[in-house]
Amino acid sequence: MTDGVWAGKLNPTVRRLKPSGIRRFFDLAAETKGIISLGVGEPDFVTPWHVREACMFALEQGYTTYTANSGMPALRREIARYTAGCLGLNYRPENEVLVTVGVSEALDLALRAVVAPGDEVLVPEPCYVSYQPCTELAGGVPVPVPSAVERGFRIRALDLERALTPRTKALLLCFPNNPTGAVMPRPELEAVAELCAARDLVVIADEIYAQLTYDGEHVCFAGLPGMRDRTILLQGFSKAFAMTGWRVGYALGNSDFIGAMAKIHQYTMLCAPVMSQMAALEALRHGQDEMRRMVREFSYRRRLVVKAFNDMGLPCFNPGGAFYAFPDIRCTGLSSEEFTERLIREEQVAVVPGNAFGDCGEGFIRCSYAASVENLTEAFKRMHRFVSRYRISSSAGRPVPLDPLRRVPPGALADGETAAR
Amino acid sequence: MDKTIEILELLAGNCRLEAAQIAAMVDLPAAEVRRIIADLEANHTILSYRTMVNWDRVGKERVVALIEARVTPQRDVGFEAIAKRVGRHQEVKNLYLMSGAYDLAVFVEGRTMKDVANFVATKLAPLDGVTGTTTHFVLQTFKEEGVLLGDGEDDRRLVVSP
Ligand SMILES: Cc1ncc(COP(=O)(O)O)c(C=O)c1O
Repeated sequence: MTDGVWAGKLNPTVRRLKPSGIRRFFDLAAETKGIISLGVGEPDFVTPWHVREACMFALEQGYTTYTANSGMPALRREIARYTAGCLGLNYRPENEVLVTVGVSEALDLALRAVVAPGDEVLVPEPCYVSYQPCTELAGGVPVPVPSAVERGFRIRALDLERALTPRTKALLLCFPNNPTGAVMPRPELEAVAELCAARDLVVIADEIYAQLTYDGEHVCFAGLPGMRDRTILLQGFSKAFAMTGWRVGYALGNSDFIGAMAKIHQYTMLCAPVMSQMAALEALRHGQDEMRRMVREFSYRRRLVVKAFNDMGLPCFNPGGAFYAFPDIRCTGLSSEEFTERLIREEQVAVVPGNAFGDCGEGFIRCSYAASVENLTEAFKRMHRFVSRYRISSSAGRPVPLDPLRRVPPGALADGETAAR
Repeated sequence: MDKTIEILELLAGNCRLEAAQIAAMVDLPAAEVRRIIADLEANHTILSYRTMVNWDRVGKERVVALIEARVTPQRDVGFEAIAKRVGRHQEVKNLYLMSGAYDLAVFVEGRTMKDVANFVATKLAPLDGVTGTTTHFVLQTFKEEGVLLGDGEDDRRLVVSP
């Protein structure tokens, strides 16, 4: 992006923000014919019909107005009931629950409510793309804390401790994780909790994938001893209930935090859309069976995907949650971006380069299994072919990338594309 | 969940899944899955592998009717014997014993309405024990076996998203 004549007028923080690393691949994938996309961060299910119908019914009844700033009381009560039921945590609907425009808004509110200029926020990586920019927009300083495949992309209290400074204010946690699918076992989270208590950190826990936990129970950070009031718990409808387009989520926490977030929300957003809130209410009340069906389907595909990657020689650790696999592509000698770009051009399969989620994601790709088994199977056939072309024997070292044209099968390029890079 | 049930649910949803795929999905060795499936076929738990077709798309001439049949149950065998006799006709696609105003719900398929009428008049109504029938023709099929007929819902997601 080149700056225009008005760029000098921009807020320097905004001007410095890096554009998302995903954009370029989006454009490339969107113009490629016959693409199978495993690059999608949302469920492939449409919102269950009863939820859609509840929204239509609400519109028929004239639910077209603003709601209470914090969300409709009935929805806040239902959220509190649901949270008590599945996480065993109690939040008062009057002042400890805030309905937001997706977890995206909740995350922004939490950061703006807590972070003062210059405050540091620990951000374990790889992580969701908006954590760093939102921290910077709030005036904070994101401090990346890399995690490694050797430890299943779990974060160690030790690594967090090393990144602490007197200015560290908060920790941003996301498990199950986007992009790795990693989950944290209870003892390791407890170690993190101890550190947070000892260093008096605020924890922003983005647990939007909580229900998509496959091997055992999700461990909620706010449920660990002493963590409830220290934690702002973010939860949503987008993933578990297949409701990405509805733009509704929520935050739970002590009344000071939630009150502060509600204050910002009241001035900047006013309220979440009323028809989406009505749909969310229906999802919480009657959507559990359908949700479990989707979770079971994801779980089947997850095993299929992990096996397919390991079979094609891309080591892939077993993701315990979300709907992403994060295989190691270093044996191809390609960088994450080279891999992604060539895979789109040569085999028409879209994934997301791991480094879009932080530097330590380099050498990996994120592959979403929110796709039909047919599409997954075809995509793996193509990827297998691709990987066998590039795989280097351990003694060969990094290959000199060949002229890409030589590798491209005839007719594989989209109209108007050239393989020259 | 019981692995056998998982396998059956997967196959019931998509019978083209290969044993190796199912094996990965339910976390069993492929040979084990093949054995379980073979057993299920042998003991008639798995009855057939079929394709759902929207016949309207190819303009195949075809009518379906629901025939309510009132039947006198027989000593010792109840509705069993008559149901078997009705069910053996290849025109009969589905057959259920019902509670309520009639006994057997017989779904019959034919090429024309006349075919179906003929079947009722010559095969079904005259059966010993059948005391009356009411025939309802299907005008349009909207959903079958949990599948909505029509174009389905397009994938409207962006190709790449965070
Ligand atoms: C980790 C994480 N947090 C937040 C979001 C945004 O969710 P919402 O649709 O609720 O704004 C996403 C969506 O991809 C996500 O992966």
